[in-house]
Amino acid sequence: MERVMMKGNEALAEGAIRAGCRFFFGYPITPQNEIPEYMARRLPEVGGVFLQAESEVSAINMVYGAGGAGARVLTSSSGPGISLKLEGISYIAGAQVPCVIVNVARGGPGLGGLTPSQADYFQATKGGGHGDYRLLVYAPGNAQEMVDLMGLAFDKAEEYRNPVMILTDAIMGQMMEPVVLPPLRTVTAEQPWATTGKQGRKKPNLINSLGIVGEELERINIELQAKYDRMAAAEARYEADGTAEADLIVVAYGTSSRVARSAIARLRQEGKKVGLFRPVTLWPFPQAVLASLAADGKRFLVVEMSAGQLVEDVILAVNDRAKVSFFGKLNGTVPTVREVYDRIRSLLPEGGEG
Amino acid sequence: MTYEIICAGFGGQGVMLIGQLLAYGGMLEGKEVTWFPSYGPEMRGGTANCSVVVSDQPVGSPVVAEPDGLIALNGPSLMRFMGSVKPGGVIVYNASLINEVPEDRPEVRLFGIAANELAEKLGNDKVGNMIALGAFLGLSKVVGLASIEAALKEVLPERRHHLIPLNISALHKGWALVEG
Repeated sequence: MERVMMKGNEALAEGAIRAGCRFFFGYPITPQNEIPEYMARRLPEVGGVFLQAESEVSAINMVYGAGGAGARVLTSSSGPGISLKLEGISYIAGAQVPCVIVNVARGGPGLGGLTPSQADYFQATKGGGHGDYRLLVYAPGNAQEMVDLMGLAFDKAEEYRNPVMILTDAIMGQMMEPVVLPPLRTVTAEQPWATTGKQGRKKPNLINSLGIVGEELERINIELQAKYDRMAAAEARYEADGTAEADLIVVAYGTSSRVARSAIARLRQEGKKVGLFRPVTLWPFPQAVLASLAADGKRFLVVEMSAGQLVEDVILAVNDRAKVSFFGKLNGTVPTVREVYDRIRSLLPEGGEG
Repeated sequence: MTYEIICAGFGGQGVMLIGQLLAYGGMLEGKEVTWFPSYGPEMRGGTANCSVVVSDQPVGSPVVAEPDGLIALNGPSLMRFMGSVKPGGVIVYNASLINEVPEDRPEVRLFGIAANELAEKLGNDKVGNMIALGAFLGLSKVVGLASIEAALKEVLPERRHHLIPLNISALHKGWALVEG
């Protein structure tokens, strides 16, 4: 298999093309600009449409329209831009329209900075927009997963008729790594529910998130929750490395998981038993596996580039069965391997003073 | 084995390029590699740098804090990163722009090359970066010269391919400096 070097952002973009995405609507923001730049060049080559909208709000509503017509459609942004898109995302979730949204996160709140951050975890996994909705959220751990999870994101978006988010950060987006690209897939835009004209049918397809009459809204929400239950049961993904024999398990995703992996490699050379648990889906959160590791008497250290967001899901999963420690770097800073190494050592049974 | 490198210099000296060549060359040898650029708001005349990791295992952190190797093409870069190089590590610096080198790192191999003058002698003052890279490869042996030569075709855009022979001469020039 031929390996090529790609930036994470480019890997996401080419991954989308390979998965049959033919529409991109977006608005520029650092550190995700390589995605629209790549799509602007690449989409016309495969007969697709790239459009730079006049704002994030317009872009997400174009996504709503293209997704509603059954097309595979992508938008990407970074924290502040995702905040602007949230109204649209809530509508898309309510109307059950498939699409893929990328957040290459940077430090916030507000305009924040350009440096990497994982402080958009709540925004991605706990709603962000209004109403009881859920996004399927993938967190790639390397450039190959940028490609592979993008392909999966489009399939799952269609399968569940639900928006899917890929949450990554500035380091993962800017970093180059070897990837093996899958073949170009041909997908049909013909969905039985899509609004592409009646085409002989008696009843028109309707896409709407309004439920104002009688108990219509309750019915919509019951249907949505049943779907989220199916997703929660079937879609949780994770990587567990050396967790069974570990004395301590580091829980981290994205860039933090990579720094943790380097620190863990050093500790293992010293004979320490440290595992890595990396959620690949942030929603649904791989709760059951963590719960059973906690029941086995493991202790946990959560490492993230935020004031503590993922850690809340870990505490919920562990549910008092194990001790959960936290090491966070605030917006804009990345933990060093040495910092994570030191923190893990201080928590190990015989560690700390040596 | 995991080998971590920082390439640093003024914007325009080609430090991002030599970093990419190291990563691409490593990949062509079947290794796991990452390349990560410094990015964001920079001052005119400021420094640019990139982190490269070459390993026989999947790479953890792509951000290098304690490099095994440093290529510093200007003074500010040497000052900024010299102290973080691991004991036993290698530093290649551009002696054309750096007159004084602190003597507080005896446990590190320091090698100065007059990259600018040597590049001018080759007929193109822009290939100083490649001479430095050649010298670094000769000292560190982290990636083979042939792999870097092959990587040039992949990393340089088509319209620059006529410069590949010049770049290869520059690589060999640098390599010869440390081998000789």
